Amino acid sequence: MASITPADQPPVARRAPRISKQLRRDLQAYLFLAPWLFSLLAFTAYPMFASFYFSLTKYSILNPPRWIGADNFVTMFTNDPLYWKAVANTAYYTFVSVPLSIVVALGLALLLNQRARGIGIYRTIYYLPSLMPVVASTLLWLVLLDPRLGLVNIGLQALGLPKLGWLSSADWSKPGIILMSLWTGTGSAMLIFLAGLKDVPSSLLEAAMIDGANGWQRLRHVTIPLLTPTIFFNLIMSIIASFQVFGPAYVAGDGGARQAGPLNSLLMYMLLIYRNAFRFFEMGYASALALVMFIVLVALTLVVVRSSDSWVHYEVGRR
Amino acid sequence: MTAHEIAAQVRRQRLLYRTLAGVLAHLALSGVAVLFVVPFAWLIVTSLKPLNQVFTDPLVWLPDPVMWVNYSEALTSPAFPFLRLLGNTVVYAVASTAGTIVSAVVVAYAFARLEFRGRDLLFGITLATMMLPGIVTLIPTYLLFRWLGWIGTYLPLVVPLWFGSAFNIFLLRQFMMTIPVDLTDAARIDGAGDFTTLWAIMVPLIKPALLVVGLFQFMASWNDFFGPLIYLDEASEYPLVLGLYAFRTRFGVQWHLIMAASLVVTFPIIALFFAAQRYFIEGVTMSGLKGS
Repeated sequence: MASITPADQPPVARRAPRISKQLRRDLQAYLFLAPWLFSLLAFTAYPMFASFYFSLTKYSILNPPRWIGADNFVTMFTNDPLYWKAVANTAYYTFVSVPLSIVVALGLALLLNQRARGIGIYRTIYYLPSLMPVVASTLLWLVLLDPRLGLVNIGLQALGLPKLGWLSSADWSKPGIILMSLWTGTGSAMLIFLAGLKDVPSSLLEAAMIDGANGWQRLRHVTIPLLTPTIFFNLIMSIIASFQVFGPAYVAGDGGARQAGPLNSLLMYMLLIYRNAFRFFEMGYASALALVMFIVLVALTLVVVRSSDSWVHYEVGRR
Repeated sequence: MTAHEIAAQVRRQRLLYRTLAGVLAHLALSGVAVLFVVPFAWLIVTSLKPLNQVFTDPLVWLPDPVMWVNYSEALTSPAFPFLRLLGNTVVYAVASTAGTIVSAVVVAYAFARLEFRGRDLLFGITLATMMLPGIVTLIPTYLLFRWLGWIGTYLPLVVPLWFGSAFNIFLLRQFMMTIPVDLTDAARIDGAGDFTTLWAIMVPLIKPALLVVGLFQFMASWNDFFGPLIYLDEASEYPLVLGLYAFRTRFGVQWHLIMAASLVVTFPIIALFFAAQRYFIEGVTMSGLKGS
């Protein structure tokens, strides 16, 4: 290793020009950074600009892209019924699963924040499903959610509730994959919440207790306000993730063969992009779809960031 | 009642209260745990059933007979060439993990320890790309790799990782900032170059962080579905998860075999988790640091 450090050899000429020192430092540093700079250019900057360009072309992969202006966007908004279907499905999925997953993750973290013996075992159990590959967990849930004889429906029946159609009904397929996502997808957020809860100073909770606050009041007025930065972080992360949900919809919706789930009820936006890009090889149209999703996602993130002024509290000098 | 007796009674009450609270806590914890365990248990149970016991009413909780043979049947099925899939997966996961670690260490070191013009700007850009959803770069990146003739190989999945990934650079850089400057400076005063300082001083000190980065990349590659789905086209090149999906497509209703294969695909990751649980949990927690 030592042999490849030219910059550290004693300078040959001590009276070398003055620029050399800073310049040499820069060069040395940029040598370290070279791979990353290349990556930024080749895998981030170029594709971003190319996305804009391709979105304005007809590009059926075998023929070079042909400029068609805003046609892709016009088609998308006015002439592709599947587009609005995918938008509606993705919005449904996002607006239901994001709040649910935040509440569930926080609830699990609160449970795990108690002082009880064997808490580590529970933490492991709650986290374990997050490790499963999405194909394996989705296949498992296809068995669990079988409309006739799946475990879930037989359980519902035993409780005197009606059996549901789950993945074979247009109305229940999305709740089905949301249920599954609560099982597989809350582990990380839960651990992040748990770390946040450990940072809540016990002195504040004790002070509230002495002032006569009960458990719910302490949670509502001490713990949750202190946890808002963590809620904010998990909220943004889970919005980004659910906008791009793909695996469960692809596996449960039969690879998007002709319909993604009954009446295309599992046609998520990513699945629409996937079909256009990698089944129909309409790269221009797929780029336009991706660009719109990106813009909506950025806008939504900005809304959340803007709103954070009014509900995220940083005042108790954390970190 | 003497003061003594009162004190004793208060103590007893407090003990009772504490025991009660403990019991309630365990009831809640284990009640929820059941919800998490049952689907897993069903995976295991189903993988050991004969096919005609998979979907029954009433449910069959204990398969009779226990079909261990499901595993050998699933793993030797020509539709699920297990050893080949496993080999592909291991090569993919190891190559991407190595690339991620090596490139992130080198780049993070520059951000943490070297002084150069444009550092803050570049670091800012690095942070910004972390928020960039992969979707906007997906299609041109695919076309780029297609132009290079890399479709049908693992190169598009592995090569970019050898050039650094924003989140890991950020994570390692944060960790390196906590290492006292004196330690690395001492080495440099002794005449060690930057590469030597990085390799001999820094790397041993940040091993826990490297382990976290490595574990997460290994798991991400092992579980990766979307990447292999779009870049690979021959079944013989597939990693396990894609092979599992193909297996299901071929044998749609053989749920006992599909569950056995699913468990086999999941098992190594769970084993890895148990071997390095502390680092996993630290890693997830560290990723949340960005938020606070």
